Amino acid sequence: MNILSAVAVLAGLGGLFGLALAYASGVFFVKTDAREERISEVLPGINCGGCGFAGCGGCAEAIAAGRAAVTACIPGGSETAAKVAGIMGVEAEAQELRVAFVRCAGGSLGQKYEYTGVKDCLAATLTGSSAGPQLCEQGCLGFGSCAAACRFGALRVENGAAVVDADLCTGCGQCVSACPKKLIDMIPYRAAVTAPCSGCEKGSVTRKRCASGCIGCGKCEKLCEHGAVRIIGGHPVIDYAKCVGCGECVGACPRQLLRTTPRFRS
Amino acid sequence: MLSRIVSVSLSAILAENFIFSRFLGICPFVGVAGCRDTAVGMGLAVTFVMSLASAVCWWVDRLLTALGLAYLQTLAFILVIASLVQFVEMFLRKNIPSLYRSLGIYLPLITTNCAVLGAVLLNAQEGSGFFESVFFGAAAGLGFLLAITLFAEVRERLDYSAECPKCFEGTPISLITAALIALAFMGFRGMKIL
Repeated sequence: MNILSAVAVLAGLGGLFGLALAYASGVFFVKTDAREERISEVLPGINCGGCGFAGCGGCAEAIAAGRAAVTACIPGGSETAAKVAGIMGVEAEAQELRVAFVRCAGGSLGQKYEYTGVKDCLAATLTGSSAGPQLCEQGCLGFGSCAAACRFGALRVENGAAVVDADLCTGCGQCVSACPKKLIDMIPYRAAVTAPCSGCEKGSVTRKRCASGCIGCGKCEKLCEHGAVRIIGGHPVIDYAKCVGCGECVGACPRQLLRTTPRFRS
Repeated sequence: MLSRIVSVSLSAILAENFIFSRFLGICPFVGVAGCRDTAVGMGLAVTFVMSLASAVCWWVDRLLTALGLAYLQTLAFILVIASLVQFVEMFLRKNIPSLYRSLGIYLPLITTNCAVLGAVLLNAQEGSGFFESVFFGAAAGLGFLLAITLFAEVRERLDYSAECPKCFEGTPISLITAALIALAFMGFRGMKIL
């Protein structure tokens, strides 16, 4: 008798809760796209936010709903794009990889004041002048906030400025938003020439502040037959659509600021 | 009645805090406390499940006692808690998908969160009245919320300080921190409530 009532009570409770849950599942029914889950699986799952959505889950949802392109995942590259396109049943266009580039080569000739605060670029720009302790007002602070933001270990601080390892960079763009001085640009992976300077002072001022900064002599601009290099705002700006990679400007730069990259011919 | 409810609630939140003095529910406490928002979400979900479980389990306990089946308590309570967790999961999935995603596996794990089962079993053991049980459940949940939020704040700061020795990084330093907070909470033991 006791056993029977125990079984009956538990079965009754179980049945009751089961029915209640069955009803609730109807009320709280969420329509899910089967493709969303499959896309989530092929995405890298690092939640870098480079696509502009809240993590890989948000990106998968947007792609499945047609709000984002199948190529939305930047770190995944064309491999992931092809898989996602396969799930969505469309063709993925090959896309050119873009990598981060720090527009400063370091070489500041001193500090305006001694900074002893938190070793973080944003914190440093909050002290003294908004430019931070570095003598050059535009240059990299070298505390490596970008390196800390990078999930792929593609950034390191060398010679007082951050340097990107283009082969590790996936182009997610997290470092771009981490830099309080807005020094990081996205450039084509196969860029031939880079110009690591963002200075905007006159040549005489730059000479006193930085060992490698652009002095605005304009030799590169005059030499370039393709109009790919121009001095804008006190530093060279390269138009990668026009640059053919002849390297004339690199040899002409009196400050050895312009550099060729080994990736151009690869 | 009212003073009893206040004293039960206060002692469940502070002096008899589930995490810091009863050491119940340590798994989600260590697992989810990595970031404050998730921790608060987890704390609220546990509070909700605890209060509801206390209410439902009180009736279930009455039923079992009346039928002389009090030995089925644990089994029946787990059934109640599991159903409630399922319900919370459905609710979150529909209404707060971001929280649903960030809680991840820890949400179904509330089912086996011993803090919830502990609260309802303590209620049954004490033979508390209905309202007392519900308030005890809610207060225990709020205590959990307080503990996990405090801890998440400390953990966020810990992540930013570079001073931690390599061998203590991660869980070890978290457990040491938790122990220190628990020591501080011991101070509430000496407090006389009403």
